[in-house]
Amino acid sequence: MKWLEELGANIIELVAQMGRMTVFLLRCICNLLIPPYNLSHIMQQIHFIGAASVFVIIFTGAFTGMVLGLQGYYSLSQFGSEAALGSAVGLSLIRELGPVLTALMVTGRAGSAICAEIGIMRNSEQIDALECMAIDPFRYLMVPKFLAGIICLPLLTSIFDVVGILGGFVVGVNLLGVNEGSYFHGMYKSVVWKDIYMGLVKSLCFGILIIWICASKGFFLHLEKSGGFGAEGVSRATTSAVVLSSVSILVWDYLITSMML
Amino acid sequence: MIIRLEGVEKSFGTQKVLNGIDLSIPEGRTTVIVGASGQGKSVLIKHMLGLLRADCGRVLVNGLDIAAMNKKQLKETRTKFGVLFQGAALFDSITVFDNVALPLRERTHMTKIQIRKKVLEKLSLLDLDGVDQKYPAQLSGGMKKRVGLARALVLEPRIVFLDEPTTGLDVKRSQEIYRLFHRTQAQFGYTAVIVSHDAPKIFKLADYIALIADKKIQGCLSPEDFQLSDNPYIKAFVEETMGSIYISGTDRS
Repeated sequence: MKWLEELGANIIELVAQMGRMTVFLLRCICNLLIPPYNLSHIMQQIHFIGAASVFVIIFTGAFTGMVLGLQGYYSLSQFGSEAALGSAVGLSLIRELGPVLTALMVTGRAGSAICAEIGIMRNSEQIDALECMAIDPFRYLMVPKFLAGIICLPLLTSIFDVVGILGGFVVGVNLLGVNEGSYFHGMYKSVVWKDIYMGLVKSLCFGILIIWICASKGFFLHLEKSGGFGAEGVSRATTSAVVLSSVSILVWDYLITSMML
Repeated sequence: MIIRLEGVEKSFGTQKVLNGIDLSIPEGRTTVIVGASGQGKSVLIKHMLGLLRADCGRVLVNGLDIAAMNKKQLKETRTKFGVLFQGAALFDSITVFDNVALPLRERTHMTKIQIRKKVLEKLSLLDLDGVDQKYPAQLSGGMKKRVGLARALVLEPRIVFLDEPTTGLDVKRSQEIYRLFHRTQAQFGYTAVIVSHDAPKIFKLADYIALIADKKIQGCLSPEDFQLSDNPYIKAFVEETMGSIYISGTDRS
């Protein structure tokens, strides 16, 4: 019967955790809607989440576009449709790969750091100190991070898309000899506003999702059933935040795609 | 009474930490809560700050139940608090100046010049001249505690909570913290609640001493009465920390 007790305890913990995270998100949204905003904190977070991620995004975007160019060329050439390479690269990047890979990169680079930062603040009583100073930790810590996530993810996704398309161009046109005009003309004909809109909506949702999961994992570190104390607790919470964010990004990607198609 | 605890009970999982705590904190005085490690002293102080909610009983601050306060009332109440945490709880990614300036920036409409003047004044009061641009990681344990105290006092609160203010400090640094506490309390006249296990040194600062043992407050008495109390827990504590000379008249006879 012990396994049944453990199963019950785990289910109760899971429901409690989901409840905490939902309340956390609602409190963040309420604070997001009420001005004034601390511009210097928002700029700091935009720098951390956005500007500091640009290099990783350019690098990933370039190689993703190049691989798409290669794979797309060899697949399309079997049907004599090399001219459609631009459409294939553009649509894949703008609708799917751009938002998803950007979000996964930001999770790995910034999301993990956010979880660790908030977790350490929780462990060293800095969050308690904020509350005792009558400073709302949601307003002071979370709102700038959420706003930065909402602003940065669509911008980083756009950079990823553009660099990826150029990467596909370099491989497809410069290395494999696809006609330059057909690469861009095909893309121009097939990519419509709805595709761009879908990509931006996805990246916006992923921005909220990453900050929500990573920040809440750190914020509720002390309530973790597995013990949230010390460096090991922070490390466990960070790993769990990155895994949960990454899985959630893929699940949400499917849900948004199925709703918007 | 500025703070009053009535029948406060708290458990973490199956472990009961507080079991019917009754305690009154008088205004303008220093109340020291003593007890062995793991007796729930820090948990008790967190109830007074509204960071933890009692499973049973009430915590009244200025006559209002802190658990029943709405967000605005809680914020107003906390504006009267200053807290020095056990580990100082300084924000490690910002400088000492910014740490002390934080409550002023977030809670007042003071100009940058006024904030600068006030922060430097408080740092100077706590013998911290010249460290304002350092980061907490560059400070010694004693300096971190003093910065924490400067931050706690910067808004001139009515009640100051000090959770183990001398933990991890040597005798000299501990004396320094007590001296600064004494100086600032004389200047600002705040109510102080100190959680400490630094007996008997802490008795010199106390107007009242409360012993927490067996999950309850065993008595909240003046230092003289505390040392002569017949309560078995208090008697054992006094003997343990001060030696057998301080035992009650009944025992001496």
